[in-house]
Amino acid sequence: KKNVSSGFWPNFTHIILIRIWPAVAVGNVGQLAVDLVVSTLNMSRVGYFHTDCLIPMAGNNPYASCKDDTEELHTPAEVYTAAELKLAVLQIRAPILQTRSKRFRQQLVSWIKASGFSRTVVLSSSHAYQRDDQQLTPLRYLITPSLLTTSADALKELSWREMERMPAFPGVKDADAEPRLCIPGGGITKGLYTDSCAEDLPLAVLLLFCSEGDNIPDAFALVNHLNDWLHLLDGQVTLKYHFSCESAEFKRDMQVFKLYLYIFIYFFPDFSYQSQEPNRKWKVPSSWSLLFGSGIPPALF
Amino acid sequence: MATFFGEVLSVYSRAVEEEDEEELDDNEEDEQIRRELEEKRAVHLHWSPDVTESLRSGNKLQCSSFILAVGHNAASFLSAYVLASANWDAAGRALAWNERSRSGTGRSGEESACVFYRHKDEPSVLICNVTCHIAEDQLFEWTEKVFDCLQSRELAVTVLSDRSVADYKTPDYLCSSSAPFLRSLHSSAFADRPVCPSLEQPNIITGLPAAVLNHCQVHRIAAVVYQCYSDVAGPDSVTVESYKPVLNKLGRSIQVNSPPSTDVLRKFLRSAEIQSNLYI
Repeated sequence: KKNVSSGFWPNFTHIILIRIWPAVAVGNVGQLAVDLVVSTLNMSRVGYFHTDCLIPMAGNNPYASCKDDTEELHTPAEVYTAAELKLAVLQIRAPILQTRSKRFRQQLVSWIKASGFSRTVVLSSSHAYQRDDQQLTPLRYLITPSLLTTSADALKELSWREMERMPAFPGVKDADAEPRLCIPGGGITKGLYTDSCAEDLPLAVLLLFCSEGDNIPDAFALVNHLNDWLHLLDGQVTLKYHFSCESAEFKRDMQVFKLYLYIFIYFFPDFSYQSQEPNRKWKVPSSWSLLFGSGIPPALF
Repeated sequence: MATFFGEVLSVYSRAVEEEDEEELDDNEEDEQIRRELEEKRAVHLHWSPDVTESLRSGNKLQCSSFILAVGHNAASFLSAYVLASANWDAAGRALAWNERSRSGTGRSGEESACVFYRHKDEPSVLICNVTCHIAEDQLFEWTEKVFDCLQSRELAVTVLSDRSVADYKTPDYLCSSSAPFLRSLHSSAFADRPVCPSLEQPNIITGLPAAVLNHCQVHRIAAVVYQCYSDVAGPDSVTVESYKPVLNKLGRSIQVNSPPSTDVLRKFLRSAEIQSNLYI
């Protein structure tokens, strides 16, 4: 059987990277969210995830912004990076072949291990109609023990809710049945999470309860939540402040910057730095056009 | 999904259903059935004796040009305009059994198969007509097995593919008089100029053309796919003739016939029509 060929992936083990990838799940919300990240941050493609576990498809550049880069072929699974943010993104555009989902998970897990990412975030979704009463707020997260040690404080500050464990047989009082993790419509999400726990990988899952339909608002919701944690757009603030992460000067500069910003917001309360007008910060890719079919024939009316 | 009135319908979801407990693989019998099914679905290549001879001891076929036709109209085009010149030898066939294929180990009908042809005078030019259905889980294997036999340096791949115009998305409504028309998609290594406009966003290609193009993109082989969007579902002479602009690009490597007579064209188109007896 064909192993994933990661021959194009440069050796990033010496750089600490976090990585986001979407699980092919209900509403494709994860993929839409990743589209927004790649498109907004202008990430460049660095490699292909060439595997026999995905249904083949091909198309021109979905993130084309001008005429020059439209004719660039893109494949079902590709890796993009934004080196200044130490961010790598794996975008999966095609459904996973049903008989090969386990193998695909294994390929992904071994790739994470080989690449040595400092943390991995999976963007996913779950059927909204299969929720418990306690699950009526949309966002949930899951985190492996090894990532919990470093990220527990951030998650507490964000006051996110961890995905609840469900009873195996709802309504039947069975003392032996352990509540278990259940992500209906989540595709390989649950398997990925459990595999990562077993392999002691630092991985988090961010998922949204949603239904099939127009999932663009769901994608925006998910990516804004992600940004609340990872602050991907901090460098995109209109004042065009460029900085490098993790230096003492940065921390001091950020303090000063925030001070000026708060003063600015005090005098101009309509200008918002946080997520009040979330959708304007993200750049919608050109591939999102005609999501519900071609133009309408005029003869219909 | 939930409807307007609140009832829940089970509709096709894009999520892959997770087989929770069934993955434990406890059942030997299930495992064996799964293995046998996988073996049955494997793609097999059967080459002619002289090609087999060339491929012995790990050698690859010298190939400068590989032309692949996927679909009845594309295959009829190559058969009528190129293969009818009798300068071609049958070089082999690929067999891929799946639920929708009619060939396989049983009937070896020429019309539903993947047949390879090699030019007699220029053996580095290879043509393949694919008129059978290749399942989604077989596409990658088909592509890898075929390209494993071809040397990839200086290889140029051209794919002709049929598609329904219903799959073409455009903001302005496309009236039927504009179909059939061609659109192209090429790998980064393709340096030539396609004969038709590039496939616009958000359209994509799928199936065997996509699998071949992905392989060529990853392995840096020059490849171009010409997709013909037609409003006729079956074999059709107007659709076949819409591939004619591609001939100019193929003509460098192979001798091209003068346009075939209507009788020749009719012969290729009729053979595919026999299967449908819905309207007698």
